Amino acid sequence: MKDSYDSPDDRNLLDQTRQGVIGQPLDRPEGRLKVAGQAPYAAEYDRPDCAEGVLVGATITKGRVKAINRDAVLGMPGVLAVFSAPEMLRRAAQGGAGEAPMQDVRQVEFPLQPIALVVAETFEQATHAAKALVVEYDDQSSKAVLVPSPGRAEPAKDPTENGDLEGALKDAAHVVDVTYTTPGHASAAMEPHAAIAEWDGDSLTLHGSLQMVKYNVDELADSVGIPSDRVRIVSAYVGGGFGSKLGISHEAVAATIASRQLGRPVRVVMTRQQVFQAVMRRSETVQRIRLGADSDGRLTALGHEAFVSNLPEESFSEPVLQATQFLYGGENRRLTLNISRINRLTAGSVRAPGEAVGMPALESAMDELAVALHLDPVELRKRNVPDQVPGEGTPYSSRKLVEALDAGARAFGWDRRRPLPCQQREGEWWIGMGMASAARVNILAKAEARVTLRGDGTVLVETDQTDIGTGSYAILGQIAAEMLGQPIERTSVHLGDSLFPQGAGSGGSWAASSTGSAVFRACEAIRAELARGLNCAPDDLQLRDGMAWVEGTEPRPVTDLMDGDIARIGRIEPGELMEKVKQATYGAFFCEVAVNAFTGETRVRRMTGAFGFGRVLNAKTARSQCLGGMVWGIGMALTEELQFDHRDGHLTNHDLAEYHVPVHRDIPEMEVLLIEERDAAASPLQAKGVGELGICGAAGAVANAIYNACGVRLRDFPMTPDKLLADLPDPFAGPT
Amino acid sequence: MAQSPAARIAVNGVTYEFDGDVRRSLLDFLRRDLGLTGTKKGCDHGQCGACTVMVNGRRINSCLSLAVMHDGDEVTTIEGLGAADNLSALQKAFVSHDGFQCGYCTPGQICSAAAMMEEIREGWPSFASEDVAGRVHLDDEEIRERMSGNLCRCGAYANILTAIKEVMESGAKP
Repeated sequence: MKDSYDSPDDRNLLDQTRQGVIGQPLDRPEGRLKVAGQAPYAAEYDRPDCAEGVLVGATITKGRVKAINRDAVLGMPGVLAVFSAPEMLRRAAQGGAGEAPMQDVRQVEFPLQPIALVVAETFEQATHAAKALVVEYDDQSSKAVLVPSPGRAEPAKDPTENGDLEGALKDAAHVVDVTYTTPGHASAAMEPHAAIAEWDGDSLTLHGSLQMVKYNVDELADSVGIPSDRVRIVSAYVGGGFGSKLGISHEAVAATIASRQLGRPVRVVMTRQQVFQAVMRRSETVQRIRLGADSDGRLTALGHEAFVSNLPEESFSEPVLQATQFLYGGENRRLTLNISRINRLTAGSVRAPGEAVGMPALESAMDELAVALHLDPVELRKRNVPDQVPGEGTPYSSRKLVEALDAGARAFGWDRRRPLPCQQREGEWWIGMGMASAARVNILAKAEARVTLRGDGTVLVETDQTDIGTGSYAILGQIAAEMLGQPIERTSVHLGDSLFPQGAGSGGSWAASSTGSAVFRACEAIRAELARGLNCAPDDLQLRDGMAWVEGTEPRPVTDLMDGDIARIGRIEPGELMEKVKQATYGAFFCEVAVNAFTGETRVRRMTGAFGFGRVLNAKTARSQCLGGMVWGIGMALTEELQFDHRDGHLTNHDLAEYHVPVHRDIPEMEVLLIEERDAAASPLQAKGVGELGICGAAGAVANAIYNACGVRLRDFPMTPDKLLADLPDPFAGPT
Repeated sequence: MAQSPAARIAVNGVTYEFDGDVRRSLLDFLRRDLGLTGTKKGCDHGQCGACTVMVNGRRINSCLSLAVMHDGDEVTTIEGLGAADNLSALQKAFVSHDGFQCGYCTPGQICSAAAMMEEIREGWPSFASEDVAGRVHLDDEEIRERMSGNLCRCGAYANILTAIKEVMESGAKP
């Protein structure tokens, strides 16, 4: 079998198999360890004689470290060493880099960039010494660029130009021309970045909190100048990543260098503030959106021009237009993405890069178009579902947008919405409803996994794939149990160790369908072996509860067909289908808000999401992914915003007290509908990804509900009370 | 340096001597000195609740408290509530309702919920209570309000609420 996935696997094998565990809402197998506090995260491995390292950040915005006054801190109790080696990172690696990111840690490019590591016997000693460390700089902060400037932006990628946008807008019956802005966002995973490095001769073991182990091995090896086969990374439990742990970061290389020098294990855990200041941000965006529609509401013109920022020479640019490219029609279009260079921490992947911010802006603009047309917003979207990707002619694979819109509207009670704003008041609260579509590109990534059917009938799955809360432990076991006809209790899954075959890694919503397909193919190879034992074609093989048979014959124990363990490695790579067919996941959000007529405070009262992402591999963990995405959407709509000081460029809200992620009280009753779907073009599992879909447009539904409640159309996320206050209607006037 | 003060701290029923650095937080004492890493460090500033433990039955952020302050105290951590092969009712409910994803905030959520249930039983009011002097009317908003010191970035809040309610309504020991 070719590794690359070039033609759809229409057998739908997982619908023919008999075990009945695929898709079931099973508990996470590692859940018992997590709720008991027994799942070890990176910093929690007990290594004898482990020293503690604390990073030191630059106090200038731009320049170079001239001197570090080591002697003063080396005399402090317990202090072992101060490192500021050239190999140490000044920037974290982007996802999938596979090579060292920017090193030369003494070159300062943004405020509080790590420049040194202080190592001591204890965390308290290292922290004290790190604060006491005196550093001299060649300060070039006056040359730093502190505020992103669209005027100085350069094209980030080739623009899309189809037809005549300006001409079509001139001829359109209805036009919307609006500019939306979104601020920077932080991943803010609950577990701060952490690493324990330990050398054995010239071999390195790193316990890290990382999302994509195979790339991280190469990044770390390249950073410290050793071959990749000398590096082992263990990342079995990851306390959230959301993009911030895709590539290696400051702590991993610093711990590695310190450990090599000191000849003992070294643990480095970044402080919460350092994670905010130094690792990765989502770029702020400015998005001009122009929509032109005929009198029936069909788009004829679509302009989406976006501005983002990043450090000089970073290749990543927040792909704001990713879903605009394929979601709706509008043959005359211009889509441009421009980037300006700025002295802020690296901009990179934060959950659902692109659609997380592009979709809310597009969906808010669509809401404005619906208002202009006096057309129901759901109906407007349904009228603009294109037959093929505009300007490309590419066909779509399975697409459940319309089904999600209808199912979501029905479940939510959208028919009770009043089309005009300021129609419903409860006490001092304006009540309104809003909706938005969800869309996210789907990606199949290269992956390998080993499956072993042991002589006793138990099943073992091994891959360096990580589980960052996404459910990899659960779904990979379910795929193997289903394919090999064994009870789930007899299946175990070992992840996050670079000694195992290389999975896809956790990112871009591709882990489940990619590494899952590798598990599927490994199981197919094992099934072929079992079929030989039964003298039947592999697809005629029936397996359940450890028994094997072909239709019409007596079941036999699988173990009777085996001569010891059967271990196979399954592989998959993206193939022609990724190019020939437009693959994406779709959905719809519906939301009810209350806006305080006096204070402008917005409370989300309930939210419904309906999502189609191919076969559901575990209905419980998939639902949780969707819920989590919607929580992010509420945060993005109402509270989340990185704020930078325009005088020196430092991040002012660098922790969880000041950067406001949603808390329990911010999250209302939520409903998730999983739309039945099979997408054979996406993977042999007929599954797509779901890790990010729940955020892609969610904030737009909140914004549109705010407009429906109180008639204020904000175009600047997050929609905080101060922005709403000025335009709120007379609170004493009541509903119009 | 002054003589190190000592504290005797009972953790999950076992008494330990603390004679270390006065700067050591209760959190780092648990994680580093005792190897009880179920209590998590998410921010070290009392902002996220991942380090929540119970001291003499009351929930606190263990990162905001120094070990040396706890002479004579009884500390209960997640390990004291139940082990993977012997889960408590709350721990079981978190698993069955998927009240977590990455699992890092989870021990703090569970310890916090266990202590919260006792606070409600004793009639403590919250910001969400209609009548701070009267009986607490237990509804979803009360639980959400009282659990808002425990952040979950994966966004498992709706499932956490379901898990806590199930245990509260069953009357089981958390």
